[in-house]
Amino acid sequence: MAQEVAVLAQLEQEERKPRVGPLRRILRLSRQHPLGVMGVFFVGILVIAGVFAELLAPFDPLAPDRVTVEVGTLTSSIDKKSEDLDITDFSALQNDVLEIENEKMTVIFAEVPQGGITTVGVQRGSHGTEVAPHDAGQTIRITKINELADPSWKHPFGTDRLGRDVLSRTIFGARISLLIGFVAITIGVTIGTFFGVVSGYFGGIVDTLIQRIVDMLLAFPAVVLLLAIVAVIGDEDSSVREFLADNTPIPQGSFLGVPVFLDIFVVALGIGVAVSVGTARIVRGAVLSLKENVYIEAARAMGASDMRIMWKHIFPNVAALVVILASVFLPIAILAEAAISFLGVGVPDPTPSWGADLTGPNRERALDGYWWPVFFPGLALSLIVLGFNMLGDAFRDISDPRLRGGMGSGPGPGGGRGGH
Amino acid sequence: MRDYIIRRLLLVIPIMLGVSFLTFSIFRVIPGDPCVLEQGFGATPETVKACRDAHGLNDPWYEQYTRWVWDISQPVLTDSLFGIDVGPKIIPSPKFDLGTTLTEADIEVSTELSRKLPVTVELMIMTMFLSLLLGVPPGVLSAIRPGTPLDWLARFSSVLWLSIPSFYLGILVITFGASWFNWTPPQFGTGYVSILDDPWTNLQEFFFPSLVLALGIAAVIMRLTRSSMLEVMRNDYIRTAWSKGLKERTVVWRHAVKNALIPVVTLIGLQLGGLLGGSVIIESLFNLNGVGKYTLESIIRRDYITVQSLVLIFAAVYVVTNLVVDIAYAWLDPRIHYG
Repeated sequence: MAQEVAVLAQLEQEERKPRVGPLRRILRLSRQHPLGVMGVFFVGILVIAGVFAELLAPFDPLAPDRVTVEVGTLTSSIDKKSEDLDITDFSALQNDVLEIENEKMTVIFAEVPQGGITTVGVQRGSHGTEVAPHDAGQTIRITKINELADPSWKHPFGTDRLGRDVLSRTIFGARISLLIGFVAITIGVTIGTFFGVVSGYFGGIVDTLIQRIVDMLLAFPAVVLLLAIVAVIGDEDSSVREFLADNTPIPQGSFLGVPVFLDIFVVALGIGVAVSVGTARIVRGAVLSLKENVYIEAARAMGASDMRIMWKHIFPNVAALVVILASVFLPIAILAEAAISFLGVGVPDPTPSWGADLTGPNRERALDGYWWPVFFPGLALSLIVLGFNMLGDAFRDISDPRLRGGMGSGPGPGGGRGGH
Repeated sequence: MRDYIIRRLLLVIPIMLGVSFLTFSIFRVIPGDPCVLEQGFGATPETVKACRDAHGLNDPWYEQYTRWVWDISQPVLTDSLFGIDVGPKIIPSPKFDLGTTLTEADIEVSTELSRKLPVTVELMIMTMFLSLLLGVPPGVLSAIRPGTPLDWLARFSSVLWLSIPSFYLGILVITFGASWFNWTPPQFGTGYVSILDDPWTNLQEFFFPSLVLALGIAAVIMRLTRSSMLEVMRNDYIRTAWSKGLKERTVVWRHAVKNALIPVVTLIGLQLGGLLGGSVIIESLFNLNGVGKYTLESIIRRDYITVQSLVLIFAAVYVVTNLVVDIAYAWLDPRIHYG
């Protein structure tokens, strides 16, 4: 019976509009929603960057880049035993390693240049080993951290104050951002839906209790709530953190190419808890009207338990709403991660996080004109949020039945599984 | 209407009590002893105990909580009404004793707050003003010319403003202001200057932080104005206005906008909570010594005596604003009836 109805409905639909292939349909949709296409483009690029970070990033995001530069020439020849070198155009620091014709020496002291010539005391090899003599005029090279290099072909986004490649950090930042965003949304929407369904379905004292707590949490400014939650669970001697480390399979070390995965997870958990507050309120509203439906009454009359009704009849009907909520909250969660990392309580330092890269020493150096270490991570952050927002807008335009003639398919209310 | 207002006012009390309890407990759970953090490496068990005793942190939690709430809400008679001195102590008011900060100097939180509040209030007012200015007119224009390049531009800029994080925009303003125009916000040098002393400097200090905060809110206001305008323009009374031969300007601005702005009023109330949160970030970034920056510093110091009072004030502002908005809503839209 049910099958027949479905077939009839399908036939009717086919009669109504001409058959178009999926490709044509996508092309038509994309012409109507150019902003949505841009959204897909931005999100696509950054998701690919995050997923394939190891393959795409030209450098290690954590290790400093070193370059060998010529720093001067030897003014007089040196023999095997010489410990002082006279060098032109030289500025060296103690413990720098300099190099003449592949022989490495450590700088012990460097004197103020006199008449363009600097005297440098060096240690050549370990005690008692033979070293090579050198003629005057030979080039001296030094290998140093390539810090705050301008954007160039080698480093398209430049390097930061520790010589780390900003492009690689931005690419790995996409992974951290998306990971935290998705984990936070999964946690938040799950908790929020659970409390929303329970609160709306049972009503009475349970509902009042949950909703008053939601009221109070909503009265907190979101950033302060987030700071407080992350401070509670993220602190180094927090019991939540210890519990997670001891009793769950969440790896404490590096995981998925993310150093100190537990830290990341704790931040995501904090954001998830904050997200769940709004979710619980909205889902509860939907459940309140859903539970008045006749089929709920029918299920109850047939002796279904509360658990079964909630799981089999209520949940499938709020699932579509929950997916939309998740898509709305995802860019917000990504922004939240950036905001708290920016305030210095989120993702800890060496981890490439867009928010953390916008703050601290990077920001101070930006005032001196070194704009690239903050500019590019922030740009990526803005683009991914922009992409998700554009995508969400287009999605809502497409699925809004008031604006279009209805999409036909899609898990709308009433499309839940029967189960009997 | 009167009953509704009274009921809403009475509901504020349990909500505030709940919020205060929640704030109190959240900040007790944060690991880290504020006395240890305050004293740093010089901390010994004796000095820490003395510090904790002095601030009553060794008392049972319920005593700490009731003392805190009582010190704030205890009714007393004062000699000032909204800051204006009236002479004799005859004005009943809550005591508003917020305790002392856990720093060495033991400054009264209320004293500190009265210095920092004007900064935040000015930031809020300017932000709200700018976001209405940038949100409502483009929203209306894009709704009365749907599908035109103007509409497209307004919608694109709204999604753009919504997506660029305020702190990133703020950093760009500071960075490129310094390197291209050799301009830094004056508060980095001189600190806060009151608008009464030097309006021009004050405006320079507040314009960019407010603008950066305002863009995100303006985007939301623009979208809501647009959709609500589209809805209103479809109404019969607008068609009547057109058929009377009224000019477009009259139809749009005198008949439609008035009604379209009603939902925007609610939105502003809801946005205020986010705005207070945003002030935490923007004040720290732009070095404005307001309540937001103070809150962040106190959270990092684990100075929960200060934090709990500050968060309570944030929450109170939010609850009261939404109360005012709900009442304003009922007043603006006579169709709404409350039992």
